[in-house]
Amino acid sequence: MGGLQKKKYESGSATNYISRNKARKKLSLSLADFRRLCILKGIYPHEPKHKKKVNKGSTAQRTFYLLKDIRFLMHEPIVGKFREYKIFVRKLRKAYGKAEWGTAEKLRGNKPGYKLDHIIKERYPTFIDALRDVDDALSMCFLFSTFPRTGKCHVQTIELCRRLSVEWMNYIITLRSLRKVFLSIKGIYYQAEVLGQIITWLVPYQFAHDHPTDVDYRVMATFTELYTTLLGFINFRLYQTLNLVYPPKLDGKGEEESRAESEEDYAMDSERYMEVLLHLFCHSRFSHPCFGSLQEKLFEGLKFFLNREVPRESLAFVLRCFGAQVSWDKSLCIGSTYDVTDETITHHVVDRPSLEKQYINRYYVQPQWVYDCVNARMLLPVEDYFVGVTLPPHLSPFVEEKEGDYVPPEKLKLLALQKGERPEQEEEEEEEDNDDSEEEEDEDQSDDEDELKGMEEKCRVCRPIVLFQASSVKVTPGEAKPVNRQRAEQEAKAEEKRLAVMMMKKRDKYLYDKIMFGKKRSVREANKMSAKRKALDEASKANKKKKLKK
Amino acid sequence: CCGLLAALSLHITFSLSLSLSLSLSLSLSLSLSLSLAFCSQDIRNTVGNIPMEWYKDYPHIGYDLDGKKIFKPIRNKDELDEFLDKMENPDYWRTIHDKMTGTDVCLSDEQVDLVHRLQQGKFGDVNFNEYEPAIDFFSNEVMIHPVTNRPADKRSFIPSLIEKEKVGKLVHAIKMGWIKPRRPKETAPQYYDLWAKEDPNAILGRHKMHIPAPKMRLPGHEESYNPPPEYLLTDEERQVWEQQDPDERKLSFLPQKYLSLRAVPAFSRFIQERFERCLDLYLCPRQRKMRVNVNPEDLIPKLPRPRDLQPFPTLQSLVYHGHSSLIRSISISPSGQWLVSGSDDCTVRFWEVCTTRCLKTMEVGGPVKSVAWNPAPSISLVAVSYGENVILVNPGLGDRLICSATDQLISSYEEPEEVKDQQVQWAVPEGKAQEQGQRLILTHPKAVKQVSWHGRGDYLACVMPDDGSSLQVVIHQVSRRRTQNPFHRNKGAVQCVSFHPSRPYFLVATQRYVRVYNLIKQELTKKLMANCKWISSMAVHPGGDNVICGSYDCRLAWFDLDLSTKPYKVLRHHKKALRGVAYHKHYPLFASGSDDGTVIVCHGMVYNDLLQNPLIVPVKVLKGHIITHDLGVLDVAFHPTQPWVFSSGADGTVRLFT
Repeated sequence: MGGLQKKKYESGSATNYISRNKARKKLSLSLADFRRLCILKGIYPHEPKHKKKVNKGSTAQRTFYLLKDIRFLMHEPIVGKFREYKIFVRKLRKAYGKAEWGTAEKLRGNKPGYKLDHIIKERYPTFIDALRDVDDALSMCFLFSTFPRTGKCHVQTIELCRRLSVEWMNYIITLRSLRKVFLSIKGIYYQAEVLGQIITWLVPYQFAHDHPTDVDYRVMATFTELYTTLLGFINFRLYQTLNLVYPPKLDGKGEEESRAESEEDYAMDSERYMEVLLHLFCHSRFSHPCFGSLQEKLFEGLKFFLNREVPRESLAFVLRCFGAQVSWDKSLCIGSTYDVTDETITHHVVDRPSLEKQYINRYYVQPQWVYDCVNARMLLPVEDYFVGVTLPPHLSPFVEEKEGDYVPPEKLKLLALQKGERPEQEEEEEEEDNDDSEEEEDEDQSDDEDELKGMEEKCRVCRPIVLFQASSVKVTPGEAKPVNRQRAEQEAKAEEKRLAVMMMKKRDKYLYDKIMFGKKRSVREANKMSAKRKALDEASKANKKKKLKK
Repeated sequence: CCGLLAALSLHITFSLSLSLSLSLSLSLSLSLSLSLAFCSQDIRNTVGNIPMEWYKDYPHIGYDLDGKKIFKPIRNKDELDEFLDKMENPDYWRTIHDKMTGTDVCLSDEQVDLVHRLQQGKFGDVNFNEYEPAIDFFSNEVMIHPVTNRPADKRSFIPSLIEKEKVGKLVHAIKMGWIKPRRPKETAPQYYDLWAKEDPNAILGRHKMHIPAPKMRLPGHEESYNPPPEYLLTDEERQVWEQQDPDERKLSFLPQKYLSLRAVPAFSRFIQERFERCLDLYLCPRQRKMRVNVNPEDLIPKLPRPRDLQPFPTLQSLVYHGHSSLIRSISISPSGQWLVSGSDDCTVRFWEVCTTRCLKTMEVGGPVKSVAWNPAPSISLVAVSYGENVILVNPGLGDRLICSATDQLISSYEEPEEVKDQQVQWAVPEGKAQEQGQRLILTHPKAVKQVSWHGRGDYLACVMPDDGSSLQVVIHQVSRRRTQNPFHRNKGAVQCVSFHPSRPYFLVATQRYVRVYNLIKQELTKKLMANCKWISSMAVHPGGDNVICGSYDCRLAWFDLDLSTKPYKVLRHHKKALRGVAYHKHYPLFASGSDDGTVIVCHGMVYNDLLQNPLIVPVKVLKGHIITHDLGVLDVAFHPTQPWVFSSGADGTVRLFT
């Protein structure tokens, strides 16, 4: 025996974790810098299994990082840069305080900066890793590119975000890799497939933001810094795979040159560059027809004209992704290629209740048609989307209904259309199907009750024989009861199952109950939805009838 | 020439002083020097610049150059004269009062002009040009004549010490690295092919440990700008949504329908949501959670099908009506022809099993707690407990020979010579009670809860639950009318007792334990831990190696006496407290009755092979009893020969399931 007594919290999980404050002190960084470092390096806190042990017996709320992670952060060159910057700020402040303008100017000239290239490389050792994580980067860049160029963040950042997002869209158009689009109340979701990776991003509608006060823009800016670097490198790589020059040049001129050239023509040079890039790029020599499969040639050969009230950028992007030609009013934006009067226009996208002047040889459709077509991967009948018509619901293409989930009837209709069935017949069948399924569900639910009832009935049958009845003994001809053999078998099976469930172990039973609870809840929700829909449909039918009668 | 110059300089000084005084005494109060210039007579006042009111009370106003008093002019103008003067005199506006001399002075045109010029901030002299072309004497052009004749300083020939010091400081700062040269502009392109050389060695252990952040949830139909109508919230749902805490909401937004894309506004929480995502990315602890993807069917144990385990009772076939209150206890005669039930309506009823006919009703003096038919086939005797009494009844049913033999057996008792003092009084009823069939009345000191016969039919155990008392269980020997108290001490309140069917064991169930005593050796053989809160009932397998215990906390524990003192299996079939359990004598069946109104029949096969564990399979849930006062089934009993089960309930019926 003997030996030293083991002290508490000196081994095991207590030494594997470090609280945030301690980590901060270890790195001798301010909280803001520590946060920045964590964001850039992708270090996140960990939840220890035994919190109290890690917390040395205290139950106070703390954020824990892995000690390994913090050690990893310690030899990060950027930490030194942060310190340099801190010193720079101090010196500059001092110079300003002493009114030494020359010193201040000199200091500013030597402002320390840092690059994130090595961090990107370290976090994403392969290109595919980077592509996998590009969702958030895209959403953020698209959001920042819509910010006003005042306050909030640097104009350069906004311009860079805009440039990167435009370049990304160009790539998607060129490769025709857009898969799904969804108009939600939050913004427009796009889903593309790039090198086998499914990438989804969200673009807000083109409106001014009312900037919230409860958002820390510094955090957002740090993320954007990382994301712009990441997206820039990804764009470079993607352009390289297409044998294109990056950053893209228009007619052999870079951004700077074209800017210098056309200063009088356009208000914001940088914007002009973007616009031209976005709208001229796609139908120039760069487009690769070889990439298109059948689905990607959805709008091939169609000529669209966008009215001025529709979201031009989104529609142009989507349409060009599927091979259509797009134009708009000349006064609206740069890049229009043909006029409204062009006789070869096949579709005119309009989003207003009525149109005064209409051309005969083109369809006037609402913008939802384009998005629905893309999601359905086929040209839907245009009749439902004419000008002034009440639109059919716009469904999310991201929902994949599992067995037992609620499927809205519109989706069923769409599936039938995709299979090539005629819509009218399908409707009736559907209704029948629905009824059947509901009945079945009802049956399932009421199985137990039925059994009980059955037993009671049997009891009732028994009772007259058993009960002591002195008076009026009578013999009445019995009735042969039809025995539903299938039903009986099912019931027997159900009871067997119920009895077996009773014999489950406690642990299994818990899990089983949980699973069954979840299943039942989903069934209940689906039933609720279908009931709601049924009621709504009936109400609308009744309304229609009333109107007809009137 | 010299005199002219002096006059010029005088003039200049005068005009300068004039401008000065004017600028001091603001425009209209003209100074003495001004008035002086225009008077022909030199009456200069020599008092100087003093407040003139000091001379207010004197006739004179000061002194002239000669030191003579200057007398105040006689002022005989009153207000009216002043007014008339103002109206009539065209020069009134240019007449001012000289305080120093007390005279009125009329200003000439030049003087007025001068005043105006001064008021406008111009020079007093009309001819003065303030914008003369400047002549740069110290220009870069070398003139023939030096501007000044001053010799050059020495310091212009020797190097400056101050400059040297300054330069030295700068050099030192550069040397020390305090001043850095301007950084050259970055020329490398901002973006390049970062992944040009993908090094497989760069994939560190970190990357294997790294948990990528989960992607944002993809939107469902309800997020659409034009969702199907069923996805929109009704008014009630909307109210619920609004009242909910934002964290508890299933949807973080209200689904909305817009008739056209044109009408869709900006999403007000867009930036917030993105920010929250950012926060999640760097603040949320990440953890790999293994999601069990279990098919629930796989969890269900594979048991033999009940139909392969027949016979067992499946249907309710007979109902015995008659009692008006809950039936606490039932018992079947060893022949299986008769059934006895004891109820809270203070009656004991004897039924014929096949016909449900009540053959006999016997009223006793209290609610019947327990009835037990003597298991010996040669004796027709029923023990009935109510209150503090236990009566032995000969129902007189069935074989008359047996009945009379039983009567004889009881009446053949002879009083022993030495009468011991017993805690229980044995009495022989008389009169009506005797006619009804009561043969013996045993009066206990406490209320008797349960009676239980030994397999031979001679011994009868009675339970008087009383926590901690020494007298809780008594064993009567009927043939000798003797009472024993087997235990000097009882731990806890005894719930029920039972004789072992084959060996001289006696099982006593207290609240949590079942103790098995060897009656011959008079020692504790086993103590079974039931793992439940409160045992309600107990039954011993006819083979003798297995015991089941029902408890008020919905459990049924099966003990294998050879295996362990802990339950071999605990079944939680019932939803409410168990009231009665029973084994079948021949068939591998056992049943349990519960407050939820059901009787669950299980197949409980015990194998002779000691290595094989008993097989327990629930085979049937029998329903029929109506739950009254939260009580369902109170007792269950098996038919001695048939696979039938009887159950008595709180609804005042006994039911037979076949």
